[in-house]
Amino acid sequence: MSAITTPISATPPAWNLPYRGKVGMACLIIAESAIFTIFVVAYLYYAGKSLAGPTPREVLETPIFYTICLLSSSITIHFASRSLEHGKRGGFLVLLFLTMLLGGLFLFGTGQEWHRLIYEHGLTISTNLFGTTYYSLVGLHATHVTVGLLMMGIVLIFAVAGRVGQEQSARIEVLSMYWHFVDAVWVVVFTVVYILGR
Amino acid sequence: MLGSTRSAGRGAVVSRAAGILVLLAGIFLAAGLCAANPVNDNSESSIFDPRSANAESLYHLSKFVLSITGLIFLVVLGLLAYAVVKFRNRAGDAGREPAQVYGSTQIELAWTVIPIVIVVVLFVATARVIHAIQDAPKPKSAMDVTVIGHQFWWELRYPGLGVVAANEMHIPVSGPTRPKPTFLKLLSADTDHSFWVPQLGGKTDLIPNRVNQMALEPEHTGIYLGQCAQYCGTQHAKMLLRVSVDSPEDFDAWVRAQTQPAIQDEREAAGRRVFETTACVNCHTIGGTNGTGRFGPDLTHLMSRQTIAAGAAENTTANLRLWIQNPDAIKPGSLMPAMKLTDADLDALVRYLETLR
Amino acid sequence: MSSDVMAIRTAPVADRPWVETLHSWVTTVDHKRLGILYILYALLFLVVAGFEALIIRIQLIHAHNDFVSPQVFNRMFTMHGTTMIFFVAIPILFGFANYLVPLMIGARDMAFPRLNAFSFWLTAFGGFLLYFSFFGGSGLYGAGNAPDVGWWAYAPLTSRAFSPGHSSDYWTVALLVAGFGSIGTAVNLIATILCMRCPGMHLSRMPLLAWLNLVMSGMVLIAVTPLSAAQIMLLVDRYLGGHFFDTQAGGSATLWMHFFWIFGHPEVYILILPSFAFVSEIVPVFSRKPIFGYPAMVGASVSIGFLGMSVWAHHMFSIGMPSYTNSFFTITTLAIGVPTGIKIFNWLGTMWGGKILFKTPMLFCIAFLAQFLISGLTGIMLGSAAFNWQLTGSYFVVAHFHYVIVGGILFALFGAFYYWYPKITGRMLNETLGKIHFWLFVLGFHLTFDLMHIPGLMGMPRRIYTYEPGRGWDTLNFLVTLGAFIQAIATLVFVANLIISYFKGPRAGNDPWDAWTLEWSVSSPPPAYNFASIPKVGSRRPLWDLKHPDDPDSRYE
Repeated sequence: MSAITTPISATPPAWNLPYRGKVGMACLIIAESAIFTIFVVAYLYYAGKSLAGPTPREVLETPIFYTICLLSSSITIHFASRSLEHGKRGGFLVLLFLTMLLGGLFLFGTGQEWHRLIYEHGLTISTNLFGTTYYSLVGLHATHVTVGLLMMGIVLIFAVAGRVGQEQSARIEVLSMYWHFVDAVWVVVFTVVYILGR
Repeated sequence: MLGSTRSAGRGAVVSRAAGILVLLAGIFLAAGLCAANPVNDNSESSIFDPRSANAESLYHLSKFVLSITGLIFLVVLGLLAYAVVKFRNRAGDAGREPAQVYGSTQIELAWTVIPIVIVVVLFVATARVIHAIQDAPKPKSAMDVTVIGHQFWWELRYPGLGVVAANEMHIPVSGPTRPKPTFLKLLSADTDHSFWVPQLGGKTDLIPNRVNQMALEPEHTGIYLGQCAQYCGTQHAKMLLRVSVDSPEDFDAWVRAQTQPAIQDEREAAGRRVFETTACVNCHTIGGTNGTGRFGPDLTHLMSRQTIAAGAAENTTANLRLWIQNPDAIKPGSLMPAMKLTDADLDALVRYLETLR
Repeated sequence: MSSDVMAIRTAPVADRPWVETLHSWVTTVDHKRLGILYILYALLFLVVAGFEALIIRIQLIHAHNDFVSPQVFNRMFTMHGTTMIFFVAIPILFGFANYLVPLMIGARDMAFPRLNAFSFWLTAFGGFLLYFSFFGGSGLYGAGNAPDVGWWAYAPLTSRAFSPGHSSDYWTVALLVAGFGSIGTAVNLIATILCMRCPGMHLSRMPLLAWLNLVMSGMVLIAVTPLSAAQIMLLVDRYLGGHFFDTQAGGSATLWMHFFWIFGHPEVYILILPSFAFVSEIVPVFSRKPIFGYPAMVGASVSIGFLGMSVWAHHMFSIGMPSYTNSFFTITTLAIGVPTGIKIFNWLGTMWGGKILFKTPMLFCIAFLAQFLISGLTGIMLGSAAFNWQLTGSYFVVAHFHYVIVGGILFALFGAFYYWYPKITGRMLNETLGKIHFWLFVLGFHLTFDLMHIPGLMGMPRRIYTYEPGRGWDTLNFLVTLGAFIQAIATLVFVANLIISYFKGPRAGNDPWDAWTLEWSVSSPPPAYNFASIPKVGSRRPLWDLKHPDDPDSRYE
């Protein structure tokens, strides 16, 4: 009695359900969005409420170049996953590497900005409300970039070893969803920190 | 496996028992709600015994909400009890499944629309009271009091009158002919607290870095008990508050007494010296001495208060001694340190404090 | 066939050394075993947190009692609340969801079995971390010290100035870790329900249990994460000198309140929706009728999910919000009564015209209906902002939410235990002990929580370790404590029943309740792979169709 079959039509309709990897990642993205929303709300709530300087207007410089890097890495990973889908493993490898390079550049940019803020302007996480909210929000995003780079690094190792083929393209698609999300969050963080927050 | 042959006799007993359960719930709750009213005599802080205009309108709203919810309670519980008794599995019809009914759009619609109507009614009733209380204009005759919550006591400042008190608030009675509402400005020096004197109105929190407002418009003289209603630390329980609603004459007399300079009785100079030369002055103020601390209550008119330690003990000589020497015996975890004075110093200090009328 | 399967499964286990058995449980990724682990873990903490509740109740038995110090009392109510919510209610409901969802939708396991195990162990370590604070709470300062900031941990009570040592850190990190576990399980449940259904199991044919857990998981994704975010901010404050909730540096205490309750209120629905799920499965079977108004039930569940996200500030009516904000949260709060009412009426509609069998699971569900009704009505009183100014922060609130959590959630859970225990263990729970458990618990529950409303109306605030005599609170508090002990005894009867029946209970067979959902089609306990061949379904009650081939449900849906 462990299998149930009820009288159904002779030719059962096709039974297609979504790919669990994509659904799982979509759920994770929803959850992450909620976390970022809270940090963004805190940033906006405290904008201009610091009791002491420095203020964002005094010290922040808009990181346009690194933003372009990060946003274009979304395009490269998209084409990387496309290449793999079509079985072009060489193209995949090159585009994946390029994505990591762009992501790495962005992280370097964040690091450079933080170094400047800390050593030139004396702004740390405990200086004032701006410091607390700025480092938390940007740091949270940078953490997500780092996690994405680590995941891509693992894929890269397997790809170089020749272990990533067309069969894995659905999984690479999931990874690319995550990366797109990280880029989209940067658009929000950029708007909040460098445009609205000033 | 399919036939449901069950002991129908026992089922009937159980169903009767289930009926009793339903009744039990009703009786307990009804008894509870009724009990809250008559016991006013020995309870000095029931929300169903309002003594101010705002508490009164909250009371009327609560009666309205209670009667609607009570009605819903009776109807739905009645339906449940009926279903349990009427549709229990009986002996004799075992094995046959009842008619399989899957739903009914009309009925669903009915029990969606009726609750929506009830919700709208309740909302309108509530919103009116919210507006009436929160958006009430401040009349010119109003008196201001600044209430500052501390761990674990109340600082009371009357900016217009120059009075500084603690834990026992005096306010004048207000009437339709002579409206004299008191407007409270609520602040906190440390953690969150909440101002609650049930017979005079609802709660409003005292939150650091935030200014809250609240109006009291008491209509009957008397002493009303309240206490901190937002967990604020170890001694949250003994952060008691009493509000004395005075007749206009009594209130004026109290203000006059509170604005007198501190009594400096030369016979108790020894006690005053103890006060001025120990850590007392870091936290407490007594007018005319070098004590100007604001961390603890102002003691200039200590003897005008009925209680000490924010209502935790009566203001008697024995309690004062105990409080100074070993505060943990009265209020463990309070921020008052044990002063460890010699007996002679303690006697002198208490005698001095008792002159502060 | 099913008995063969059982023989294959159980025989080697009996011969294995206990270390291997333990190893197989610790390393398991099977949804059924993880479900059982969740449930056992939660029961362990239920006993611990229940014990803390008794300490609280003994202390309040009369005015000026000094059974425990205020410090200990404050730790007890903090630990009681935190444990019950995060390490009893969530794990036990996740446990049942883990066990039942794949079986009921005809899947062989969850979508991500290893994530499932990972999530469980995160939650588990969260609980152990919280309790480790008894040893490490004061850090280098000395002896043990559990958190004493209340389960909302309102700022600035959690700042370094007011909470030195590490007790608040243990609280924060424990909840952060357990929160990630919850998010993992929610992701897993959603992916399972959306991607693993057996052929024919359209969304519109899913058992309500799956639907309600789907909505619950969606709420976990957007409600638990704000708490995680706030915990991260609190850690930034405490360890890196940040100022998020530092009122001395311009930080805001109310921001924490908002963040906490954006989690805190949906959390209540996260707990109640799975309880609705149990009731929605049990009531039809023991009324011998299909659930009344299935589409309305689904719609009500989804709208509770959405509305539940927009009511959080009704916990904050006393913080001095503007009148329009108070009015807004009044209307959203009252509005949630509509879908909730629809659910209650549909359960009544299911019983109406049925042949109700008063087995223990059904008894708990009937009591659930009555008690959940009352808690909903006191909820309406609290939702009316102006009335709330008198009620909030008092024992009335404590009584209200215990009515929801004990009278609603726990009763539904007890029903679920009696209903699914035969499936999980292969043996029936003892009916006589079950009835004793039920009636004792009902008596204790009503004695405690009906009467607890009244001191609140008479001005007794919550979270006070003692009170002054002569306020009229003594007798009521005494009776409340008495009821708490009756509940404790009833719980012992329950635990005894669980243990005795495991060894002595009569064999259950596949389908002891003559039920209709897929889990009853396999052996009890089910084989590791659940279904030898993946079933195909044609209606919401596949087993009804099988038992009544002449009159299948598919004709009417």
